[in-house]
Amino acid sequence: MGLVHGIWTLLLLLIFLGIVAWVWGSKRKKHFEQAAQIPLQDGDSASEGERQNTEKNNGC
Amino acid sequence: MSTENTYNYRVVRQFSIMTVVWGIVGMLVGVVIAAQMAWPQLNFDIAWLTFGRLRPLHTNAVVFAFGGSALFATSYYVVQRTCHVRLFSDQLAGFTFWGWQSVIVLAAITLPLGITTSKEYAELEWPIDLLITVVWVAYAVVFFGTLVKRKINHIYVANWFFGGFIITIAVLHVVNSAALPVSLTKSYSAFAGVQDAMVQWWYGHNAVGFFLTAGFLGIMYYFIPKQAGRPVYSYRLSVVHFWALVFTYIWAGPHHLHYTALPDWAQSLGMVFSLILLAPSWGGMINGIMTLSGAWEKLRTDPILKFLIVSVSFYGMSTFEGPMMAIKTVNALSHYTDWTIGHVHSGALGWVAFVSIGAMYYLIPRLFDRELHSLQLAEIHFWISTIGIVLYITSMWISGVMQGLMWRAVNPDGTLTYSFVESVQAMHPYYIIRFLGGTLFLIGMLIMAYNLYRTVVGAKPHEAAIPAVAH
Repeated sequence: MGLVHGIWTLLLLLIFLGIVAWVWGSKRKKHFEQAAQIPLQDGDSASEGERQNTEKNNGC
Repeated sequence: MSTENTYNYRVVRQFSIMTVVWGIVGMLVGVVIAAQMAWPQLNFDIAWLTFGRLRPLHTNAVVFAFGGSALFATSYYVVQRTCHVRLFSDQLAGFTFWGWQSVIVLAAITLPLGITTSKEYAELEWPIDLLITVVWVAYAVVFFGTLVKRKINHIYVANWFFGGFIITIAVLHVVNSAALPVSLTKSYSAFAGVQDAMVQWWYGHNAVGFFLTAGFLGIMYYFIPKQAGRPVYSYRLSVVHFWALVFTYIWAGPHHLHYTALPDWAQSLGMVFSLILLAPSWGGMINGIMTLSGAWEKLRTDPILKFLIVSVSFYGMSTFEGPMMAIKTVNALSHYTDWTIGHVHSGALGWVAFVSIGAMYYLIPRLFDRELHSLQLAEIHFWISTIGIVLYITSMWISGVMQGLMWRAVNPDGTLTYSFVESVQAMHPYYIIRFLGGTLFLIGMLIMAYNLYRTVVGAKPHEAAIPAVAH
């Protein structure tokens, strides 16, 4: 039983390291940069919000 | 306009308003019991008003009523706006609102009556536990149903945190609440002895980890980028942040049971995983704060951003303090003292409440298509609350460390230097300072309620249109 638990823990660790390697793979850089823009591209116009948001839409 | 072309803001509005209401109620009860600690006669010898009954009312009200309503409101808002679809089912979403409010009202009735399972943060008796389960399943159906019909291919990271929170809380609640009912108001846990303690703190610590952390990180990952007008600092780091939290948090519970009947190896395992947790926690904190990189000047003028960024700073502080307190030798000093209370409130007031307050200041004007009544009042709210937190946590640190040192002090002949009552007497001034800190925080909440009332009074409910663009 202890051996099974050990193998299971090792497997989880490898899965996690696999996720890290996958995320930082250079092929997916652009994909994640686009994903980061999702909340900013939801059509939330400045009139809907408060004053200080009117000046924000530069650059990004 | 047909409803399918608009977002469901109704349920978001309902939960947002109740976030403010329950925040005030829960914090008021907190201030009352803080006063009782300093002046015990304030329970007026009425059983319903004693500390033992009001304390679970306070924790349930701030965690599940205030924090819970904030999480429902923000998760429903964020999942719609980042998926470009209306909520999966308006009826089911409405049911989650009324169901959750019923749970809160039942808690507010049963806890002062002394009806309790005595499990910390899981005090509610079995009929209410069943209602929670039904509401939670409905919540999961609404949330994941919305994800399923999304128009945006990628599931934004905030939704991963909300989804992880919903699934984990379901598992924790069902397992920890397993009990044998003997009457309508009394049940016995399905677990016994040290197993019961371990299950309880596997639940208890992951209620902190997933209810009070993962859910509110979902708020951070949406509302900070929105309010700052910039994308999150590193999206890749946010993905690693999510998986690292999920893989490690679930193991950290045993640090609540150091030096108990729990096997030594389990205690050490809990300690090690608590220390590992520092890495994802600080990764997330850096990610949140650095989102502002290049736009720091916004912090000077924007009180909403102040709430959000300072909340993440408190998240960093309490996730440093937590692993430190999980070290067994430190825990030998800190456990059962006010240090724990100080730690919890640096997380609860500084992180959870501040990020929720920031989100509500952002959200409520938008839900009514109004501008916030007064940024200046929000600024005052920010500073009053911040001073309140600082008073609260520093007084509890001093009081807690002092308690720990007094309890362990021994004379050369091996007898205890101080009697217990001497340590209680030494704590008295710090209890008064804590009461003042809590009062300031409550005053801040009342200012917020006034400001938001003036913002929305007379406004018509607003239903925002879903943008047609898809990509």
